[in-house]
Amino acid sequence: MSIAATQKRGFGAVLWDYVTTVDHKKIAHLYLFAGGLFFLIGGLEAMLIRIQLAKPDNDFLSAGLYNEVITMHGTTMIFLAAMPLIFALMNAVLPLQIGARDVAFPYLNSLGFWLFMFGGILLNCSWFLGGAPDAGWTAYAPLSTTSPGHGVDFYVMGLQIAGAGTLIGGINFLVTVVNMRAPGMTYMRMPLFTWASFIASVLILFAFPALTVGLFLLMFDRMFGTAFFDVSLGGNTIIWEHIFWIFGHPEVYILILPLFGVFSDVFSTFAKKRLFGYTAMVFATMLIAFLGFMVWAHHMFTVGLGPVANSIFSIATMAIAVPTGIKIFNWLATLWGGNITINSAMLWALAFIPTFTIGGMTGVMVASVAADYQYHDSYFVVAHFHYVIVGGTIFGIFSALHYWWPKMFGRILREGLGKLTFWTFFIGFHLTFFIQHFLGLMGMPRRYWVFHSGDGLDLGNLISTIGAFFMAFGVIVFIINAILTARDAKAPADPWDGRTLEWATASPPAHYNFKQTPLVRGLDPLWIEKSEGKGKMTPAEPLGEIHMPNSSFLPFLFSLGLFVAGFGFIYQTDNKAWLAVLIGGMAFSLGTMVVRSMKDDLGYHISKEELEREAD
Amino acid sequence: MSHDHSLNPETMPHEPEKATLEGKNKFIGFWFFLGGETVLFASLFGTYLALHNSTAGGPAGNELFGLELVFVMTILLLTSSLTSVYAIYHMKNNDFGKMTLWFIITIILGFGFVGCELYEFHHYITEYGFTFRSSAFGSAFYALLGFHGGHVTFGLFWMIALLIRNARRGLNLYNAPKFYIWSLYWHFIDVVWVFIFTVVYLMGKVG
Repeated sequence: MSIAATQKRGFGAVLWDYVTTVDHKKIAHLYLFAGGLFFLIGGLEAMLIRIQLAKPDNDFLSAGLYNEVITMHGTTMIFLAAMPLIFALMNAVLPLQIGARDVAFPYLNSLGFWLFMFGGILLNCSWFLGGAPDAGWTAYAPLSTTSPGHGVDFYVMGLQIAGAGTLIGGINFLVTVVNMRAPGMTYMRMPLFTWASFIASVLILFAFPALTVGLFLLMFDRMFGTAFFDVSLGGNTIIWEHIFWIFGHPEVYILILPLFGVFSDVFSTFAKKRLFGYTAMVFATMLIAFLGFMVWAHHMFTVGLGPVANSIFSIATMAIAVPTGIKIFNWLATLWGGNITINSAMLWALAFIPTFTIGGMTGVMVASVAADYQYHDSYFVVAHFHYVIVGGTIFGIFSALHYWWPKMFGRILREGLGKLTFWTFFIGFHLTFFIQHFLGLMGMPRRYWVFHSGDGLDLGNLISTIGAFFMAFGVIVFIINAILTARDAKAPADPWDGRTLEWATASPPAHYNFKQTPLVRGLDPLWIEKSEGKGKMTPAEPLGEIHMPNSSFLPFLFSLGLFVAGFGFIYQTDNKAWLAVLIGGMAFSLGTMVVRSMKDDLGYHISKEELEREAD
Repeated sequence: MSHDHSLNPETMPHEPEKATLEGKNKFIGFWFFLGGETVLFASLFGTYLALHNSTAGGPAGNELFGLELVFVMTILLLTSSLTSVYAIYHMKNNDFGKMTLWFIITIILGFGFVGCELYEFHHYITEYGFTFRSSAFGSAFYALLGFHGGHVTFGLFWMIALLIRNARRGLNLYNAPKFYIWSLYWHFIDVVWVFIFTVVYLMGKVG
């Protein structure tokens, strides 16, 4: 361990360390903590929704507040919970899996996090400043352009800032995979999690700029009086839907692909088998990503694009079931005949297969245009996307956290509590959402704040609400588990008898990851060394100086400037004096850019002698 | 990395911008970034194409656009791309003075372009009442042109900062990637302008 980590430090020193850190492992902690916090806020909003819908004609929430709660639930869960939790996993594991000492751009890594964090805080400030956005997470115009108050303005500015951070993160991981792989780590020897994260980063790169433009257009319409979506001046509201979904559909694959990678790694580790159909898995991931850009208009079947457009997008959508099916069968074949260990990580992975398959099947149903006219904006769609996003992304994140917790924090999560979390959440999830398919088919529309007692929807909604409480219980148990685990004994370097490079480092790894860059001799490099009786990696270089990047406070300051400017943008519509805040914030951020540009950042070196002093 | 990367003709690598790992990372990372920028401008072009006939009773493109000014702007920007190539040529030959000179010429041409664009916007607003708010066509026009012009302006100040920072120390392996990446950026906004010239002005004149 490094000298700094072995000394007992005050809270202030730890805080300063995390605010200025450029170490991917600490940034992973930051993403996990922030994403977890927003996950709890989004979950609280979900509970409010389910309490409101527990009984007919309920008045627990007012209609306006209900709109704010559903909007913030969707927006928070997608942008502020699922995305950062995925980035936490990528940061924690991806550089280790390819044998790198850090990501390609450690400074940008920190900048990406702080942009996301300040964007998320800005969005949530709306609760205390006159009301949250209330136009749905999709913010369709003209509902969003005419929504009174500043709620939607907070949506625009918060997501713009957070989205910039996500784009930066995506580019960083792309370059890391292209340039930073250890000797012998060819593309077709990369673990599936690294592959899937790489492909998801490609999706981020090409999807997020569309959101950037969409948000700019919405911002111009709301704050500067333009006419993009103003029909009386020739505007067209459908443009928003196209741009939003050109971003939005790839976004759902950004949310799921890295977790497909997690499941692949978990299955092969706990079945003690090489992943079945590795090459097919890689190309299926690419095919899903490619098709993901070709299907955005299936969200718009009822807009009236015409039968030709609808048919093309319908067929393209159904085609995605093919590579997804390839993956499902390869996971099953990996398990087949394996020496299977069932623990918490594995339970989540096993539960994912049937759950996600149900979500995929309803996906093909809603992809059928004629039938979609019935499903559109009903609870059937709500059930469908919760089956894929919770059943895929959230199950995957839980699986990954149980699997990689020792690598991230040096402790193993407790099995008993892990299983309690799993069973309550798993049962609660199906209680909540399975019944919603039928509520949707019975005609219950999405986003309505009440249903009436004569509608025959009472029992289904009550069951759904009870399920939500089970899920909440499971999440609370997980948090207790994480806290209790901190006092447990330190985890060994390789608690699961792992196959990939991250298990060749200590738990948690030294801040430079690998004292000597490992030599990779094939797929599952650590497993190869174990099966040949060696048990540890062969170094690819002699012990020598390690170059490390400097910490920096600038990413925090840059993001803070944009955060302040965000308030200026929002309130300059009321009072032009706020333009000073806008300009001040932007100038401050530009100033930090100039400082960054003018001051050379050459990093520092850990000497060979210091490395020799530290134990293996 | 040693801290002194000063170059002389004997130690000059063939591609100084990619001679270090940091340089390679910046090089490939910037290409990825330009891929994202392509989507950004594609979305703006798509919006423009959807709204370019939505004049709401205001002036249309063929009444507004004067190809003479646009021709001058195109020449200025395309020439500045060529002069930035000369600058990079001299960077690769380790001739810091000539590189600086050609970058300064590039910036002057760039400012000429921005000046013409500001004049053009001023002309449309005062003579025709054609503004960001007057019609959906106006919104889409100024959004697309404004994003491009904003990129040009940002690039100009970026290069000024680079030239000031490195004026006294010459070329080294730490700043060579920075100059090279700027030239990539400059070529990219030049290519975007070629599309704007075609889609907005030429098609606007005949459409």
